Amino acid sequence: MPAIIYILIPFLPLAGFVLLGLFGKKYFKSASGWIGTLLMLVSFILAVYVAYDYFSATSIFPRNVPVKYTWLVFSENISIDMGVLQDPISMMMIVVVTFISLMVHIYSLGYMKGEERYPTYYSFLSLFTFSMLGLVLASNLFQTYIFWELVGVSSFLLIGYYYDKPSAVAAAKKAFIVTRFADLGFLIGILVIANTSDTLDYNTLIATLTSTGSEQASSAAASTFLGASALTWGTALIFIGGAGKSAMFPLHIWLPDAMEGPTPVSALIHAATMVVAGVYLVARLFPIFSINTPAVLDIVGWVGAISAVFAAIIACTQTDIKRILAYSTMSQIGYMMFALGVAGYGGESGLGYTASMFHLFTHAMFKALLFLGAGVVIHYVHSNDMKDMGGLRKKMPVTHITFLIACLAIAGIPPFAGFFSKEEILLAAYNGNTIIYWIALITSGLTAFYMFRLYFSIFWNKPYQADHHSGHKSEGGWIMLFPLLVLALGAAGSGFIPFGKYINTDGIPLESHFHLQFSILPVALGLAGIFMAMWLYKKQNNRPEKLAASLNGFYKAAYHKFYIDEIYLFVTKKIIFNLIGRPAAWFDKNVVDGLVNLAGNTTTAVSESIKKLQSGRIQQYAIYFLFGAIGLAILFIYIWK
Amino acid sequence: MNLLLIILAPLLTALAVLVCRNKEQVKWTALAGSLAQLILAFLLYFAFRHEKESGEPAQMLFQQDYALFKNPNIHFHIGVDGISVAMILLTAFVVIAGVLVSWNIEKMTKEFYFLLILLALGAYGFFISLDLFVLFFFLEISVIPKYLLIGVWGSGKKEYSANKLALMLMGGSALILVGILGLYFSSGGSFNILQLANTNIPGSTQNYIFPLLFAGFGVFTALFPLHTWVPDGHSSAPTAGSMFLAGISMKLGGYGCLRVAAYLLPEGMKEYANIIIVLSAIAILYGAFATMMQKDLKYINAYSSISHVGFSILGIAMLTQTAVTGAVMQMISHGLMTALFFAVIGMIYDRTHTRMVAEMGGLMRMLPFISTVFFIVGLCSLGLPGLSGFVAEMTVFMGSWENTGAFYKIATIAAAMSIVVTAVYILRAIGQTVMGPVKKESFLSLPDAKWNEKLAAIILLAGILAIGVAPGWLNDLLRPETEQFMHKILGVK
Repeated sequence: MPAIIYILIPFLPLAGFVLLGLFGKKYFKSASGWIGTLLMLVSFILAVYVAYDYFSATSIFPRNVPVKYTWLVFSENISIDMGVLQDPISMMMIVVVTFISLMVHIYSLGYMKGEERYPTYYSFLSLFTFSMLGLVLASNLFQTYIFWELVGVSSFLLIGYYYDKPSAVAAAKKAFIVTRFADLGFLIGILVIANTSDTLDYNTLIATLTSTGSEQASSAAASTFLGASALTWGTALIFIGGAGKSAMFPLHIWLPDAMEGPTPVSALIHAATMVVAGVYLVARLFPIFSINTPAVLDIVGWVGAISAVFAAIIACTQTDIKRILAYSTMSQIGYMMFALGVAGYGGESGLGYTASMFHLFTHAMFKALLFLGAGVVIHYVHSNDMKDMGGLRKKMPVTHITFLIACLAIAGIPPFAGFFSKEEILLAAYNGNTIIYWIALITSGLTAFYMFRLYFSIFWNKPYQADHHSGHKSEGGWIMLFPLLVLALGAAGSGFIPFGKYINTDGIPLESHFHLQFSILPVALGLAGIFMAMWLYKKQNNRPEKLAASLNGFYKAAYHKFYIDEIYLFVTKKIIFNLIGRPAAWFDKNVVDGLVNLAGNTTTAVSESIKKLQSGRIQQYAIYFLFGAIGLAILFIYIWK
Repeated sequence: MNLLLIILAPLLTALAVLVCRNKEQVKWTALAGSLAQLILAFLLYFAFRHEKESGEPAQMLFQQDYALFKNPNIHFHIGVDGISVAMILLTAFVVIAGVLVSWNIEKMTKEFYFLLILLALGAYGFFISLDLFVLFFFLEISVIPKYLLIGVWGSGKKEYSANKLALMLMGGSALILVGILGLYFSSGGSFNILQLANTNIPGSTQNYIFPLLFAGFGVFTALFPLHTWVPDGHSSAPTAGSMFLAGISMKLGGYGCLRVAAYLLPEGMKEYANIIIVLSAIAILYGAFATMMQKDLKYINAYSSISHVGFSILGIAMLTQTAVTGAVMQMISHGLMTALFFAVIGMIYDRTHTRMVAEMGGLMRMLPFISTVFFIVGLCSLGLPGLSGFVAEMTVFMGSWENTGAFYKIATIAAAMSIVVTAVYILRAIGQTVMGPVKKESFLSLPDAKWNEKLAAIILLAGILAIGVAPGWLNDLLRPETEQFMHKILGVK
């Protein structure tokens, strides 16, 4: 296949960014949405074509690098190539990213219509898609880092899209700074790995490190700082970067706030694509995590499991529908993370890896659907708060049905997509780590509960009260409903894709076994969660308040997100600003500069004695200065001669 | 290519400005002259590359040597290598942008432009000099205009700032002068850089001379704790003055540290490397933390410059080829970036008449062009890939990490931590100025950038993007020279 096709997939959105960013406002204000969407459509078609070509060519899937360009030579050993890496997960990801992005582009044609900065919105969307595609196609760790940062900045731009709203600016800043903090780990991890393995190219890196007896593998395994090997430090630090981007506990605090961005943006970036970058990164380096540093992989598993249950508990208590979805995203990414954590390398033990990627795929479908559905609801009621909703099922039948499908999918009810991927994850956890398995099981019950709490509160509960701003009451045009329907198809049907055949740790197709007796427990828990939600929220009643009151302290803590934000605020404001920043500024102004002034004042005192020359006019000083300098130079040369 | 053209162009421009009869003539002459300098810089770059590609082995190309005095042995000896070519390109970019943003200077326009071009002349001469005395002479030429630019056209406590700057830089110059004389006498009477590089100066002598030279040039490049002229100097200077000061003048110091102090005194360099690493790591973090507390845009950029310039010094002191290459890249990158930063701050100030972050807000609405540029330059400062700062900082990090030993690793990690602090202060500044609600009614009618301002911004942005998107050309220009440098340092002939 000609290289240009690979290049076009990310560069078409880039072209969209440049075109709309520079000329959108002036020349095609209202057409800019269609231009961006059209470019995205072409990019999507190419991505599907490339992926189809790759998966249908053979039954074993090699890691190819069809495009390569030397970007920067750091030293004899390390040179950075910009390239396209073709392997099963990158091919899957380009399809996911371009597909969801296309859906969001189409949806936004309706959702963002009439916005003042409509072209800017589309140019930022295109920039994000370009960066994300660059990230998933990256052929080396450094390239991943480059696009990782670009993804971060496009996320900043989109969260802060309503830039005159202080809360949006604060959320955008928070997202960027928290992930930047995590990226510091990533950066140092890259330095460690570059230094120990003499390469950053994924293919070479994996090949040299995982082959036993290679020089790099043994030097990387040698124990260094605090007894851990250099490679352990390297992968652990890289995982910090991944955890930041994927909003894993305790670096998750930016994600709920990121919901300040327009809702379609939340669907694309903060649900379906960017936030899974951390999972993708671990998957990308999975052979190294699994073979060289299993200890770090354990950490990945635990962080994932804790995040999954932690976020699910918080989600049960929130009332802002976008925030509920945000916590649910964090929880589901936790699933993907611990699935990787419990996976081993090769054969059946690699199930967790397959399951994680599978869940990434299905989650992208139903989570994007949930957000876009929520967008329709928010458009309709002009509020994010669950309390302002209720009884909407008759007013918006399409949204209602598609939202229900997505809820069933995320709750893991067969035969919807989430059921299959979640079953695989649970099976992998069952085989890998019993405690994590039980955590996951409890979480899946909670998931079903909070999702249906959301569903019943929006579409059932109290009848909808048409309030004063009920002018243009409709569900939104077909342009917004079409993506919902397409995604609903994905959320309902994508579970039947035989993922193990394409994505596995060692290239040997993994048969997905279906164990009926194993599925009974998770599905039963899911149903229990749904019925619980139904009992509490289907009709208006006072049971929820009673329940909250009986859980008093715990409920409060969960409602306040376990006070993690307050802890961060304390550390940054009180400690970093007051104990480091302020003293540094004070020290510079008073001590360092003070000494200079002291020297200066002494000199001035001396010059007081030749006051006659001081006329107070700086121009005159200047002339003295100039002549003095020249005179000195001449004098100097003559004395020498 | 005849290197004399590089200094003749600004000289002729300066003289032409003097004979102009009105403001319009002055401005257009200065612009034409700086355009000529830019074209010459590009010609030099291509000629240099052509020579290198055709296998020219000499270290310094396009050399010319005229004896000025027999005793002392002073020659007007000029020549360029990849590093000087890169520096000359940087200077030409900053000069033309500086000329463009000063378009509306009302007070003594002729004198203003004359001094600007004079400063540029000093910088060009400095970068092509191969004779230490001539190099010193050009360095001084570039100091005097700074004093005047701040003292006459400045704002705020300009006399204090001008005096402080001049005294500190003169102090630095004095150290440099003593150092140069030390080199002259200990080498048996030579100011010639190429000859000195091949002279064996005893290690103990080097240990005396090195600190003088490094500290002297360190004042120019704002090496901690010799940096205190920077915040006041920059904040009082007129826009173009700040641009030249941070964009060019601080680079004279960095270039001097590398070309004179480190290159000619490798033993001294190795002896003091660890101290310099500590100082620069402090500068990077301390500068970043101090920036976090600033409320005035110019102070923000001034302190952040201290932090960023720390990377150049750190890279030099890390003494690996990659780190040194990164150090030079950082000089170029920071020169372009900070010049643009000051240019944008100037544009904002001209409109809002305030530089206080807290008094602005929502500028994006009225000033989309200026705000976008401000945003991009901020992203460059915080090291966003695709812009020049990232490439330079990453190269320094990669090179620093090549050193084995916990000391170097800790210093690198400390420096790397600044990327988080930088993100904090940059986003804070951006969040409060270009984003957020509009704070004053009167801001709603502010006009966006004019053609000259747009052109200046685009020129500097082009440079930033050229390094950020495709750094290969700059790397190829610098790597052979840093390899040479490392050979000298490590004592390989």
